Amino acid sequence: MDYIESKIIKNYKIENNIYKIIVEYNGEIKAGQFFMLKTVDDRFLLPRPISVNDYYCSGNNKELVFLYRVGKKGSGTDMLSNLTEGESLRLIGPAGNGFDLDKLNGNIAVIGGGIGIAPLKLFIDNLADKGKEAHVFLGFNDFVYEIDEFQNENTELYISTVDGSYGEKGFVTDLIDFDKYDTFVACGPTPMMIAIIKKCREHDKKCYVSLEKRMGCGIGACLGCSIRTTEGMKRVCKEGPVFDADILDLSSLEE
Amino acid sequence: MDKINFLGVEFDNPVLAASGTFGFGEEFAEIFDVSKLGGICSKGLTLEPKDGNDGIRIWETPSGMINSIGLQNPGVKHFVNHELAEMEKLGTKIIANLGGNSLEQYIEGVKLLNDTNVDIIELNISCPNVKSGGMAFGIKAEVAYDVVSKVKAICKKPLMVKLSPNAENIVEMALACEKAGADAISLINTVKAMAIDINKKKAVFKNVYAGLSGPCVKPIALRMVHEVCQAVDIPVCGLGGISTWEDVIEFIMAGASMVQVGTYNFVKPDVCVDIIDGIEAYMTREGIKSLDEIRGCI
Repeated sequence: MDYIESKIIKNYKIENNIYKIIVEYNGEIKAGQFFMLKTVDDRFLLPRPISVNDYYCSGNNKELVFLYRVGKKGSGTDMLSNLTEGESLRLIGPAGNGFDLDKLNGNIAVIGGGIGIAPLKLFIDNLADKGKEAHVFLGFNDFVYEIDEFQNENTELYISTVDGSYGEKGFVTDLIDFDKYDTFVACGPTPMMIAIIKKCREHDKKCYVSLEKRMGCGIGACLGCSIRTTEGMKRVCKEGPVFDADILDLSSLEE
Repeated sequence: MDKINFLGVEFDNPVLAASGTFGFGEEFAEIFDVSKLGGICSKGLTLEPKDGNDGIRIWETPSGMINSIGLQNPGVKHFVNHELAEMEKLGTKIIANLGGNSLEQYIEGVKLLNDTNVDIIELNISCPNVKSGGMAFGIKAEVAYDVVSKVKAICKKPLMVKLSPNAENIVEMALACEKAGADAISLINTVKAMAIDINKKKAVFKNVYAGLSGPCVKPIALRMVHEVCQAVDIPVCGLGGISTWEDVIEFIMAGASMVQVGTYNFVKPDVCVDIIDGIEAYMTREGIKSLDEIRGCI
């Protein structure tokens, strides 16, 4: 695991409070892993867990991309959004297990909700690299972002917004015929995740979820992100963030 | 710097990683050479394994954080049979932190730790987050006296008692522990605190109250360490919000023999190395050979 300061190549607004920060990084990363992000000064205390959105070669270097949602003024993510090109970002990672692509079989449905789409971009690219096809369902509240990033020759894309401003009106889960697929992969807000897991259980489908929890350290020491499972307590930062939904105790996902 | 003899154990330096902020060391060993530390205090152990608390466990505050982990741990027996062997490979001193909710649990826990390679037992009578964390023992001095004296009677390891800042009277508490036979005192554990979610109109933590730590508690911790050092003759291990080498020098000047770094391990995983290097540089600059020369100078 690296603990480094990386040079910021770009940090910019995508739409409203959605930002993207691109930094230099060289190392092995699996889709679904995350980094703990922090400014190099200590203007906020705890590093923020942010999933890897993309990772690619650019000339002789590699670039690591984080897509993140900025909280209220003065929050940690707000301070991250104020960083500029040439400044440094402190990184701890890559952390967590990431997606295991070999476990995904049959017809695959990938579901992202809001900023939960962030780790799914690199994931569906990797899926396409393996020649696997997927239907991708992305749900947003009142504005969409980054949807073109999910379009490739191996995917079919479906979009919903709660206010109907783009795509189908309603929740993303309403778009999905759960009988049609064998394996589900999801990342999004907790109510969405719980709805999807319940549906998958009803329809006896395999489901993998990437979870988010408040973290202190991100490396497995503080136990702030522990959740209950049929296999005992698991740390979202270490044994997760990607879990086989079968083992999860849904009550421990809620805050 | 010269080695430090604390309770008969030789430490390379006075900086320990505080219980609950460093797991059993292995995660941090992936990031830096933890053998540079003076030692590691284990995650708080209880006789039986514990899952910890439900709901939100971590909440950031200005210059600090509140936690309600609830002593999630594998239990003393599992620690002795598994985690301890891994800790021994890390090349640093091992302090086993032990909590309990009854005298019997403390006694049984100590018996299991007695015949291991643990260097020191830190008796936690101060965890605010679970009944079994022992804070019930850490509020009233006479209750603490009872549990510490009975544990000391069967304890084969040096015994350090970790105090809560929530004690009715911190000095009386420290004196009671000293009288009961404690070999050292460590303080402070987290400060009882709370946070409210104004949108949900509910307390953030299921237990309502939880423990505040981080730089915001340091001035309080320093004052309590100073008060206790004025009162007791046994050595004191100071902790609470330490984030820099300057903080450590303050605690030493307030009378502490050793220190622990907690929350800041989350902020900068290798902060202890910066702190140790900073202390060394300060000693060289000031021409100090041993921290004894400045210890308790205030």
